[in-house]
Amino acid sequence: MSQEEFETVIGLEVHVQLNTQTKIFCGCATDYSNKPANTHVCEVCMGLPGVLPVLNQRVLQYALKACMALECDITKETKFDRKHYFYPDLPKAYQISQFDKPIGQRGTIRIELEDGTERQIGVTRIHMEEDAGKSLHAENGETLVDYNRACVPLLEIVSEPDMRTPEEARAYLEKLRLIMRYIGVSECDMENGSLRCDVNVSVRPVGTKKFGTKVEVKNMNSFRSVVRALEYEKKRQVRQIKREQRILQQTMLWDDVKGETRVMRTKENADDYRYFPEPDLPPVRISEDLIQEVSLLLPELPDKKVDRILKTYGIPAYNARLMAEDRELSDFFENAVKAHNNPISISNWILSELLRELNKDLLPIRDCKIQAVHLGQLVQLIDSGVISGKIAKDVFEVMYKEGKDPKSIVDSRGLTQISDDSKIEEIILTVLTNNAQSVNDMQAGKMKAFGFLVGQIMKETKGKANPGKVNEILKSLLLTKYQIECP
Amino acid sequence: MQANRLTISEIQAGLKGKTLTCESLAKQYLDTIAAHNSDINAFLEIDPNQVIADAKAADQRLAGGGAIRELEGVFAGIKDNIHVLNQTTTCGSKILAGFKPIYEATVVKRLRDAGAIIMGKLNCDEFAMGSSNENSAFGPVKNPINRNLVPGGSSGGSAAAVAAGFCTIALGSDTGGSIRQPAAFCSVVGLKPTYGTVSRRGLVAFASSFDQIGPLALCVNDASLVHKVISGKDEQDATSLTHSPTWSELPKDTSSLKGLTVGVPKEFLGDGIDLEVSEAMNQTIEKLGHMGAKVVSVSLKLVDRCLPVYYILSSAEASSNLARYDSVRYGPRLHEGGSLDELYLNNRSLGFGPEVKRRIILGTYVLSEGYYDAFYLKAQKMRTLIRQDFEKAFQQCDVLLTPTSPFPPFALGAKTADPMAMYLADVCTVPVSIAGLPAISIPVPRTSTQLPVGIQLISRALEEDQLFAYAMAMEVMLKGNHL
Ligand SMILES: [Zn+2]
Repeated sequence: MSQEEFETVIGLEVHVQLNTQTKIFCGCATDYSNKPANTHVCEVCMGLPGVLPVLNQRVLQYALKACMALECDITKETKFDRKHYFYPDLPKAYQISQFDKPIGQRGTIRIELEDGTERQIGVTRIHMEEDAGKSLHAENGETLVDYNRACVPLLEIVSEPDMRTPEEARAYLEKLRLIMRYIGVSECDMENGSLRCDVNVSVRPVGTKKFGTKVEVKNMNSFRSVVRALEYEKKRQVRQIKREQRILQQTMLWDDVKGETRVMRTKENADDYRYFPEPDLPPVRISEDLIQEVSLLLPELPDKKVDRILKTYGIPAYNARLMAEDRELSDFFENAVKAHNNPISISNWILSELLRELNKDLLPIRDCKIQAVHLGQLVQLIDSGVISGKIAKDVFEVMYKEGKDPKSIVDSRGLTQISDDSKIEEIILTVLTNNAQSVNDMQAGKMKAFGFLVGQIMKETKGKANPGKVNEILKSLLLTKYQIECP
Repeated sequence: MQANRLTISEIQAGLKGKTLTCESLAKQYLDTIAAHNSDINAFLEIDPNQVIADAKAADQRLAGGGAIRELEGVFAGIKDNIHVLNQTTTCGSKILAGFKPIYEATVVKRLRDAGAIIMGKLNCDEFAMGSSNENSAFGPVKNPINRNLVPGGSSGGSAAAVAAGFCTIALGSDTGGSIRQPAAFCSVVGLKPTYGTVSRRGLVAFASSFDQIGPLALCVNDASLVHKVISGKDEQDATSLTHSPTWSELPKDTSSLKGLTVGVPKEFLGDGIDLEVSEAMNQTIEKLGHMGAKVVSVSLKLVDRCLPVYYILSSAEASSNLARYDSVRYGPRLHEGGSLDELYLNNRSLGFGPEVKRRIILGTYVLSEGYYDAFYLKAQKMRTLIRQDFEKAFQQCDVLLTPTSPFPPFALGAKTADPMAMYLADVCTVPVSIAGLPAISIPVPRTSTQLPVGIQLISRALEEDQLFAYAMAMEVMLKGNHL
């Protein structure tokens, strides 16, 4: 059997760092990055003798938002458990996590693939937990530990083994990141560790139902490396099967430089975490009132937004998806449409001109000088024939640089389109007189000269002549004065 | 009467009448400590200069017209598993030798705010595990009543310090009887409050779902005064309850005993109960009858399951709570070199004593994969049933009466080789801890040739107010002052 005759079965375990101001069980600040080691710590997150955790209610709120956004069933009486293992970066030698009553279960994420197909990926569970510190292994063999990260809130989001290709895994991660950013609970940056992803991957012959032995892969630091690790594992596992070698239930580490996985440990020496209910934290009852309160904080989610934008504005699906990927961008779009009801044209302006400029300057939409209303007005000026599309691009440039409204730019610079027939006729006649050669060419059947004449007319009017009218009048003059019939 | 045997109300009357100063009290306590502590070994750490300085400051404040606060003139000893700033917290263990906390326990802050002067740290069984105070890495405590006897444990230093007149009151911690049993052995009063009424912040955890801090004192009134100060919601302890009890005036006589229904669980009379203890119980029951109380026999059917349930659950929690002591971040590094696993193994092997190791191993075992359901989970279910057992008993009575310990204090060294015999010392106190109920041990007055015996009164959860009232009336009754 070849590689194509196998499919991969992929499940993801994602850790998302919540962007609350303070840690999950103490009052220390969470912004530990680039801070001197062990400066964002207190007796609680250091696990000193006699300390007790107190749940940060904001963490609960964020976790509920995430559960709702991923359509999970919310566990009405959730609780925390202790997960034990010895490691210097884990100050209490246990991590406060959630075991058998995670806050959310049975959720779903809709992913869209390149070819436009959509799939639902199941979310098994979401639970809250605390992060550990960071071990730094010095060159002299010493290990130093920085506890600034200890007790920073995390959500662990575990998917069902529903993905079948590395591309689906990437789409899942991208969608998950989009949703978490949308609801404002995490930056989800894999590069700086605010999103971490472990994968469970197995292979099986296409068409079979039984799962193969799964391998866990850790240590990927970008979406790209997740895809690469999955591709590598698929090849490796299929090769093993073809050689009739058993696949061992192992935990592997991805080496991004070598582009390969290597064994970290096999199931036989797996840890026993000795979970038991955290006696220092009473079970958390999630009331209907709290659910109601949090649901009001939830913005319209990307999927719903795409569906609604498609239905309300009838713009191309591609445009709708692109805009929904950024909450502020889609808000910008909707505000612009409120000023002038031409959604298709406005979405094109946003996705081509506006995004190009913003990307060039690496600016987020919120830092853009152009106001949504002004973009609507710009399209309105085009639609009502006040300016041509070409002039509009110049006006846009000024708007982008100076943030003024389009009408005042057009007025102050005299960019209003010439739509007066007699004025246009006068200019055309002058152009025809000055370009006798072109008229001769046309009489000889070289119709290409028509374009040249139009160009000359626009040059003469500095682009302000209404191009439709120029076309129309030029054709009729050529016919009446020179008996040239234009197609 | 010796000044250092004064109760809180006597001290405060003296301060008010200016017949006493805090400094003179401090000197008396310090003199007594200087004379006897080296033998009794109750205080592990004390800073006499600080105590004198604090006492002088208190006198100055009072001289300047400052009001007498709830615990003004009270000299408090603190069990060595509760953090006091600028003093070490060793928990009676080598693994924490020299450890200085960077924050103070909520209870200690509350004591200070109420005017109490903190004297120092009191010896205890290592990590509060033990019933004789012989498990301390810093030597056993001797019973001040008879120095050949153990003071009980694990708050043995706290009970002995109060009994020896080293301080006015002491704080202990009670997980399965660690305040009540030493109180009985040293003939003082000891309260284990309802779980959740006293903040545990700054108490080094042994078994988090059992541990409670409580007072040891010369009389019920003193215990109640201290409890009022240290109890109440603490935002830094998620298990501390929001509960504001109404404290009524405590009775000065036995009249409130009339018509009271006292339940005596029949499981605590008879087999396994020492003759001297049953005698004291019978005397008490008889006197209660004379006072017009109704004594009824009730049953706590699950009493024989309580010790295993307690040792499974408390050891499970202990194995988790004590996992952090690895000599990496604090505490002495008792062994250097080797791999990370060897570092853990060597330091923990050298740092913990045998009883602590026994419980860590037991606790680790009952939480392990494949054993969790059979032990931990089953014990949790039993815990619910034991609570219901008490609820049923309280349908028939206002308060429960049992011996505090099945036997009187025993000789030092008598039970150290037999952990099971030692565990039996907690048979009367452990059920209450499992149910999270409040209980108080008060001494039964004895002749000089008899050994100390305490009785335990148990009330419904959060009913400390009534519990103190019953205990106070019975204290009057037992002392015979009611005539
Ligand atoms: Zn902290």
